[in-house]
Amino acid sequence: MGYEVVVVGVSAGGLQALCTIAGSLTPDFNMAMVIVQHRSKDSYALCDVLQECSAMPMHEIIDKEPISPGQIYLAPPDYHVLVERGYFSLSVDDPIRHSRPSIDLMFETAADAYGREVIGVVLTGANHDGARGLRQIVDRGGAAIVQDPATAEVAVMPRAAYAMVPEANVVPVEEIAPLLLALQRAGSPRTETR
Amino acid sequence: MAEMVLPNTPAKYSKDLERVEIELLLEGIFRHYGFDFRSYAYASLKRRLWKRIEAEGLDTISGLQQKVLHDPPTMERLLMDLSVSVTSMFRDPNFYKAFRVQVVPLLRTYPFIRIWHAGCSTGEEVYSMAILLEEEGLLDRARIYATDINEAVLRTAKTGIFPLEKMQEYTQNYLKAGGVRSFSEYYTAAYEGALFSPTLTENVVFAQHNLVTDRSFSEFNVILCRNVMIYFDRPLQNRVHQLFYESLPMYGILAVGSKESLRFSDVETCYEELNAKEKIYRKVM
Repeated sequence: MGYEVVVVGVSAGGLQALCTIAGSLTPDFNMAMVIVQHRSKDSYALCDVLQECSAMPMHEIIDKEPISPGQIYLAPPDYHVLVERGYFSLSVDDPIRHSRPSIDLMFETAADAYGREVIGVVLTGANHDGARGLRQIVDRGGAAIVQDPATAEVAVMPRAAYAMVPEANVVPVEEIAPLLLALQRAGSPRTETR
Repeated sequence: MAEMVLPNTPAKYSKDLERVEIELLLEGIFRHYGFDFRSYAYASLKRRLWKRIEAEGLDTISGLQQKVLHDPPTMERLLMDLSVSVTSMFRDPNFYKAFRVQVVPLLRTYPFIRIWHAGCSTGEEVYSMAILLEEEGLLDRARIYATDINEAVLRTAKTGIFPLEKMQEYTQNYLKAGGVRSFSEYYTAAYEGALFSPTLTENVVFAQHNLVTDRSFSEFNVILCRNVMIYFDRPLQNRVHQLFYESLPMYGILAVGSKESLRFSDVETCYEELNAKEKIYRKVM
């Protein structure tokens, strides 16, 4: 059993980072990648812009959509994304710490549904969303990656995540895609010891 | 409204036991009170349960079950947690714009228009639709049946009073939605809120209806059910879609939330897309 789902949380300054990562994924990437990018509720263009950086199939999540490998899923603006085993649910509950979609909520539900098969990634941003969720991913046996704050456009969010998850892999953004592929090949370490 | 941070399962809690306890709780609530939450989407349901457990000063789901079954006021509080959904006026302005352009011309051809707003919550979107129909000159020959499982939110909806501090946001939504007047014409500042004109709801019937357990109660030209079924699992969504299908005549209109789709449902082939982006469908078989 290896990793199934990569969950990515990103806020201010995220477009460049996302383009770098999505653009460096090779066709053998066969996990599902789920991205929560904080944005205004009428910003619809993100998916189109991001698609220009990457050959990976990507689109915005529809409620109850199945989770398939090798796909990139974007949280739609103004909805929370909840990860269930095998599919997504959306919600319009109140924002959590001013954010809808909330990175923490998406991460926590992914940790609940996929346990040690999750890799959580926190990128550039100007708030603390994602730190608690990343902690839960690691507590349930998943892996954590944090963009090196020194190389992030806005260091607040990766710094908060690193403070909460000191065991995270801290790497510059251009090393994240290669690291994901390496983790995919290696599989979840706790499963090997079984 | 206060920010709702829904708690997750306590770290030491067994996931498997948690699911057993939740299933027992929901079964008990259904058999004792008749409310059926057994097919609600698990991740958000679970968080709402833990929020209630914390608020009651309890620490297990079984503890909540004990309290809910023996103390009806606790059930009422839990019902609020499980059934209240957040909404706003002219939420998704582009939907209302599309409705104006694509659905209103169809409605003009009917002498009388029946609309079912299923899961209307506190009513913001009912008032939005009433304003739209008023501006199109259709409100006096329309009847809107606005239903929700929760009687408390229906009472709020009936008052027509909404938070004054939301009016700036709603005005912007209204304009983006193609509103043709000044939004402030529709309300007066009163009771520390914005009181909407009672003429908007003269033809609105607010009534309790449970999409999970109740049957269809009439036939409608339009059914609106936006961002309600996202809290249901897929089998329940299919059952509710069957209910809507039976409640629409041929060429009846069904509108769901802009991030919902018939694509993952059993009734996909029974409808054609009138507006694919805004999820407005028309029954064709």
